[in-house]
Amino acid sequence: MIDMNKVASDVLAATPKQGPSENMTPWKTQNGDETIFRTCAWSPPGCHPVGCGLRVHVKDGVIQKIEGDPEHPITRGSLCPRCLALKEYIYHPDRIVHPMKRKREDRGKDTWEVCSWDEATDLVANAANEIREKYGPETIAVFGGTGREANNWYPQWANLVFGTPNSIYAQPGWSCYGPRMTNTAFMMGGGYPEIDYACKFPLRYDDPRFVAPEVVLVWGKEPLRSNPDGLYGHALIEMARRFGTKIICVDPRVTWLATRSAEHLQVQPGTDTALAMAFIYVLAHDDLVDHDFIEGWTYGYDELIERVQDMPPSRAAEICKIPEEQIWRAARLFGNAKPSSVAWGLATDENTNGAQLGMCLVALMCITGFLDAPGGTTLGMGDDQGNVVRDGGAISADEKVDDGTDSTLELALKNGIMSPETWFTKRIGTDKYPCVGSVMWTAQPDEFLKACETGKPYKMHMCQFVSSNPISCIAGEPQRWWKALREMDFNFACDLFMNPVIMACCDVFLPVASTIEHDGMVVTHYGLNSSFYGAENKCAQVGECKSDIEIMRMVGKKTFPDFWNRFDTDEDYNNFHVLRSWLPWETLRSNVVTMSDEDYFKYKTGMLRPDHQPGFPTQTGRVELYSYAYANFEEDPLPYFEPCAYGPITMPEMMKEEYPFTLTTGSRRQEFFHSEHKQVPSLRQISPFPEIDINPADAEKYDIENGDWVEITSPYGHVRQKARVVPTMKPGVVHAMHAFWYPEEEAAEPNLMGAWKSNINMLMPTSVNAKSGFGNTFKSMICNIKKVEDNHDTNHPDKHGIILERSRQAEFDYQQTWRPTDTPVVDPIPYDEIISTPDTPLIDNIVK
Amino acid sequence: MAMNGLYIDYEYCTGCHSCEIACRNEMELGINDFGIKVLEDKPRQNPDGAWHWDYIAYPTELCDLCTERVEAGGIPACVMHCQAKVLYYGTLDELTAQMESKGSKGAIFIP
Repeated sequence: MIDMNKVASDVLAATPKQGPSENMTPWKTQNGDETIFRTCAWSPPGCHPVGCGLRVHVKDGVIQKIEGDPEHPITRGSLCPRCLALKEYIYHPDRIVHPMKRKREDRGKDTWEVCSWDEATDLVANAANEIREKYGPETIAVFGGTGREANNWYPQWANLVFGTPNSIYAQPGWSCYGPRMTNTAFMMGGGYPEIDYACKFPLRYDDPRFVAPEVVLVWGKEPLRSNPDGLYGHALIEMARRFGTKIICVDPRVTWLATRSAEHLQVQPGTDTALAMAFIYVLAHDDLVDHDFIEGWTYGYDELIERVQDMPPSRAAEICKIPEEQIWRAARLFGNAKPSSVAWGLATDENTNGAQLGMCLVALMCITGFLDAPGGTTLGMGDDQGNVVRDGGAISADEKVDDGTDSTLELALKNGIMSPETWFTKRIGTDKYPCVGSVMWTAQPDEFLKACETGKPYKMHMCQFVSSNPISCIAGEPQRWWKALREMDFNFACDLFMNPVIMACCDVFLPVASTIEHDGMVVTHYGLNSSFYGAENKCAQVGECKSDIEIMRMVGKKTFPDFWNRFDTDEDYNNFHVLRSWLPWETLRSNVVTMSDEDYFKYKTGMLRPDHQPGFPTQTGRVELYSYAYANFEEDPLPYFEPCAYGPITMPEMMKEEYPFTLTTGSRRQEFFHSEHKQVPSLRQISPFPEIDINPADAEKYDIENGDWVEITSPYGHVRQKARVVPTMKPGVVHAMHAFWYPEEEAAEPNLMGAWKSNINMLMPTSVNAKSGFGNTFKSMICNIKKVEDNHDTNHPDKHGIILERSRQAEFDYQQTWRPTDTPVVDPIPYDEIISTPDTPLIDNIVK
Repeated sequence: MAMNGLYIDYEYCTGCHSCEIACRNEMELGINDFGIKVLEDKPRQNPDGAWHWDYIAYPTELCDLCTERVEAGGIPACVMHCQAKVLYYGTLDELTAQMESKGSKGAIFIP
């Protein structure tokens, strides 16, 4: 494996960064009795690292007005509703602004008491120290959610504050971003591919190097609503209007963007790997590929083309339920475009066949020759903000920490906070799923749940939730998680509002500062493909809230003082571990936005490889269309189509009567970031209730009208949402909103803020993963619907007893034939063997 | 003095609601008040099978075209915050010229 962090820091140090020109407004100005701050937003409240520009007006320490920053080079004054409603969020009467504690036996009851920071952090540190001593540090787990700034902190909490390898992203199959990162790392070795919208240049679209994409293939993604993972989604609209950029949209729903697309392929959910293979078939058939690029920079093209021969458009059309001629037409539009670009979305991940879809989409980015070309798909250099687990080659216990680019893991190991043995042998689920373990710095979530329930390989004792509300959001079978988490000896959370997981399971609440209440840095794609480096400037203090970093420092001084005592301020820690050495905090702050100004064709100029030679940091030095890395994990090195676990191909009998609909979920709305923002008046007003989209013909058949409450049922559970009858849904397919709960309702159990009423993931299984350990069923599940009177069914497990055991899955014979068994797929390498070969990077060793 | 208004290219209004909240913040309006409102002509298929689905933001009688902001050298809050950048402020002559040059799916409003 390549030390991408080192590559990135070498290259970036040598690249002139573009700060603002002289006549920009300073980061802080005074206007009468008002101070106006320029800052870039990240979170809390949750958001992807888009770093939108804000101007925050403050008077006497109180925020008066939050508006867009017209001088921000990407957003140029625009803001989405969530930042426009930020003041309502920050000063919300329900926001918790003091630390709180509650007796363990009172979990589920609203008996919280305000306490001091000192007492609260004592409770946390004492519990952690005792549990570490008694049961081992690995019995502590730290939960994080998706996309938000806390993604930086939860592995740091785990590895550096508690010394545990078990940070947890609770979504089944780690199915957000992780699979796409894996495809990128395995096939190209780079950071992350993103469409080119001149986002790295100070002059933006006016930069002479930039050429607009002629066609953007938007696959399983709604960037206008989601802005993932730092892509400013409305840039698509800018380019369509300014340059006539055409869009090809692949989505089971007709989205608004689909109505503005040159082609919209309304696929049956979960089948899109077949479609992507057919696209490659057409490109090869019509010879719409760049032979020079393929010859010079790729490996395995012939094998790939041979593989897709069994997926001609005629077969894909049948599988995906779309017209064959449309596949030919759309693929030709893409193949003839010069340049073309690919935006791959979350649907790539939430699919057990998703790794193979990702392989096809990487191929489509490359074989046209527009990878990292102007107007093509840019490739990042993977400057990872110190979080990604790297090769381990530099790990040595006696090495001093003097390198600000050390990863979190390296810091933990070098400073003796976590032992290598703990990291390599105690991270749950990575023995069974080494592929997940090799790319993600966490445990494998489905295996983690089993460990909590069974006490094997060991019993868990303590959990922390860092801006994460898994039982209302990302967890599948959330009632199993709820039950398991309540059993822990001690739980605590860092958050801003009370939520179901905190009310049900936690003993201490530590209040966190929002994005404009702390200093920090936001980098698009978490640094994996950096458009710019944005300063988050502290504009105001609310209550006793503290930044995530300050809370870490407070607890860290009580768990591992030798390490944490060296940081007196957040700035110390930011300079040490968050920022890059070439961009000290003072410069970042005064620039507000520092454009990365990365050039194109980095693979030609030696900017991707540590040896500075041309090529890609992969085993062959090329883009591996035939992937040796997948082969190393006993996965097919070439893409293949496999029907999803739940759907018409695999379960025709069950779908005849019992569960006649395909359920897809997870599409984003402008007004919510997943489970967040439900208590913000201006945002809740836009969507007061969760909605299930149903085709009019299906609705009529089931006697459902627009606005009716509907009970949605799968083999795993049932919830209620309101019907939105829309012709944009494919017949036979429904889409349900995710992560809905009711913060305005009774907080104590059993109601638990309506946690069990509408959360669609109550219908989703865990442990239905691909062979790699990635993938889940969120984009293709089976369900039934019926009209009901209201949403009043509390669905509490004590009432219905619908917590499902794993044995429930035995009903699905098909699933059992391909799902990995519970015995490890590969035997873990004994720890002695790992350390006996010091010349080989440890991760490589564990991988092979 | 020339009359001012708002031009919207509603081919590309994405229905994001940013203008509504930006306006409410600027004018310090209540939660149920709107100086500009996003209307939706819900999706349906035209006779040729093509999809029709439009949003259009239009200013209400509460809109004063952000007189104060404009006097201070700025532009109306809805125009600045619009994510798709489909709202324009100017004199009716300027806006008409802009609308003509685009040639389709445009509207000019005077509140």
